[in-house]
Amino acid sequence: MSKAITANRLTDGRVVYWTAGQDWAEDIADAAVFADDDSAVAALAVAQGQTLAIVGAYPIDVVEQGPDDGVADGQIVTPSGRKVVRETIRVHGPTAGSLHLTTSVGRNGAVAELAAA
Amino acid sequence: MYQYDDIDQTLVTERSAEFREQVQARLSGALSEDEFKPLRLMNGVYLQLHAYMLRVAIPYGVLRADQLRMLAHIARTYDKGYGHFTTRQNIQFNWPALVDIPDILDQLAGVQMHAIQTSGNTIRNTTTDPFAGAAADEIADPRPWCELIRQWSTFHPEFSFLPRKFKIAVTGSPHDRAAIGVHDIGIRLVRDGAGAVGFTVYAGGGQGRTPRVAVKLSEYVSQTDLLAYLTAILRVYNLAGRRDNKFKARIKILVEETGPAEFIRQVDAEFAAIKASAEGEDLRVPQAEIDRICGFFADVEADDRPEQGSDAADFSAWRAVNVKPHKVSGRASVVISLKPAGGSPGDATAAQMDLVADLADRFADGEIRVTKEQNLILPHARLGDSGALFDALAAAGLATANAGLASDIVSCPGLDYCNLANTRSIPIAQAISTQLHEAGLDGAAGDVTIKISGCINACGHHHVANIGVLGVEKRGDEFYQLTLGGVADGDAAIGKILGPALASQDLIDAVVMCVRTYVDVRTSADERFVETLDRVGLTPFKEAVYDLAQ
Repeated sequence: MSKAITANRLTDGRVVYWTAGQDWAEDIADAAVFADDDSAVAALAVAQGQTLAIVGAYPIDVVEQGPDDGVADGQIVTPSGRKVVRETIRVHGPTAGSLHLTTSVGRNGAVAELAAA
Repeated sequence: MYQYDDIDQTLVTERSAEFREQVQARLSGALSEDEFKPLRLMNGVYLQLHAYMLRVAIPYGVLRADQLRMLAHIARTYDKGYGHFTTRQNIQFNWPALVDIPDILDQLAGVQMHAIQTSGNTIRNTTTDPFAGAAADEIADPRPWCELIRQWSTFHPEFSFLPRKFKIAVTGSPHDRAAIGVHDIGIRLVRDGAGAVGFTVYAGGGQGRTPRVAVKLSEYVSQTDLLAYLTAILRVYNLAGRRDNKFKARIKILVEETGPAEFIRQVDAEFAAIKASAEGEDLRVPQAEIDRICGFFADVEADDRPEQGSDAADFSAWRAVNVKPHKVSGRASVVISLKPAGGSPGDATAAQMDLVADLADRFADGEIRVTKEQNLILPHARLGDSGALFDALAAAGLATANAGLASDIVSCPGLDYCNLANTRSIPIAQAISTQLHEAGLDGAAGDVTIKISGCINACGHHHVANIGVLGVEKRGDEFYQLTLGGVADGDAAIGKILGPALASQDLIDAVVMCVRTYVDVRTSADERFVETLDRVGLTPFKEAVYDLAQ
């Protein structure tokens, strides 16, 4: 399963994602996606060293969808795997008012449809 | 209400300054996160899913109007315009920036508030009956004793690094509205044979993954001996409590593993040693100090103006449910429900907080209480103004007539906010309250308690709910376990698991079905939920719920 790296920003606790440029972005769409565990582990080690920028970096399972998956422009990165509920909430914020998550994803790497926001 | 003296004010002011330095040290890298984390926890600063969370102490749930206005200001200025009142009578802000928290603490200190010991392995906020000083069935007002315990426990040099968090609750009434049976130490005010007020002391209660009802340690502890006796309990716990396993570190485990009789023997021995030493003299509470603290909590004056109700159609229902009798003539304790149908339990906007503060000043001698049910109370409202009060509350969406009813749901923040949670709680609570309201079950069911926890830490107090909901993770999905028969107030009891965990919508339907089943099988509206459950057992509920799920 593909991985991305996430953390909380030190100054305000906001959710951030490790980018290909070795920086931190608030939008998961800008996250670097690692196709194998070795590259994810290596990236995590670098990310965890950014102690003046973030707190608590860790890897998450993601699904990356692009034009071949019917996505019109660019890439979409969405959480997946066992922690999909938690990580989807971290992407989109609290769900108060609705049981439904903004994005529905499958488990075990299955690519799921994106529900209407 | 208690008024800070110079010592109190200096403590919070200096603590705020100290934390400012600690934050700067973290931001500069002089402190690592591992070094900073215990320091920020001691100042009530958690790191949650989306942001830091700041838990501000509201000692024994009592607020002045200007303090509530400050909380509104913080919500508006540093957060997203709202705050969340908790099951331990505190308030949580979900979105403060770490860089702003020193300024927040400075401003809190300006109104004699703080976030000290709202987290960490310390003695936390001492909680009590939200009707303290108003309830007619009180032996005596518990608040002076909560204030004494607060002063004794704040920055206690011996008890600041306990094996685990430590929670104390005090009830002033024979009918316990503070859930003392499920606290690490529970204290009940009682009278001895000569009529002197003292304390029956319990220990070893708690919720979480191993819920336990506390055991009685002492039938009667005198006022002057209270702090020495508490010191004895804490010292035995601090020395013998487990530090090898975070999940077995609470005093309830120590009491169970030691055996209650042996634990009591150890506490009594330590108490005797304290009393025989110079420490005993230091801990003896002088009568003059007792009188001084009690003096801050005098009874309010009567108000014999006739009650002026409201012409609004909803007034009489609200009056019947949310307005509670007061021991002083012309006064009432008014419950301000923070549980509108479909709302987030315990949340209040900054505007609502400002309004409640204004109403407290206008109609209720400027005092507000926070309840463990996540509502607010004006404890000393003047009945003569009940109509004007209702109209103002109703205009702000704060007049839901469900205090203590089934839709008065208690819910932890859950996975929408909390790092520890397995599942969401808030949307579950919202859906249940909506369905109960739409089914007309809310009023019909009476005082059924429903409480929801998003994980085994049980911050939603689900163990002591008539209908408890516990979120569990199953194969990456949110599932929920139902328990029935818990009781928080009165004689505490732990709920029993009903059956296999249920998916979200099934759980919502199941809770509503449990309420409906109770209404259907009870002998009359006077038979309370746990009485019905005792009479008929779990079977009717299990059949109703699991047939529904299939």
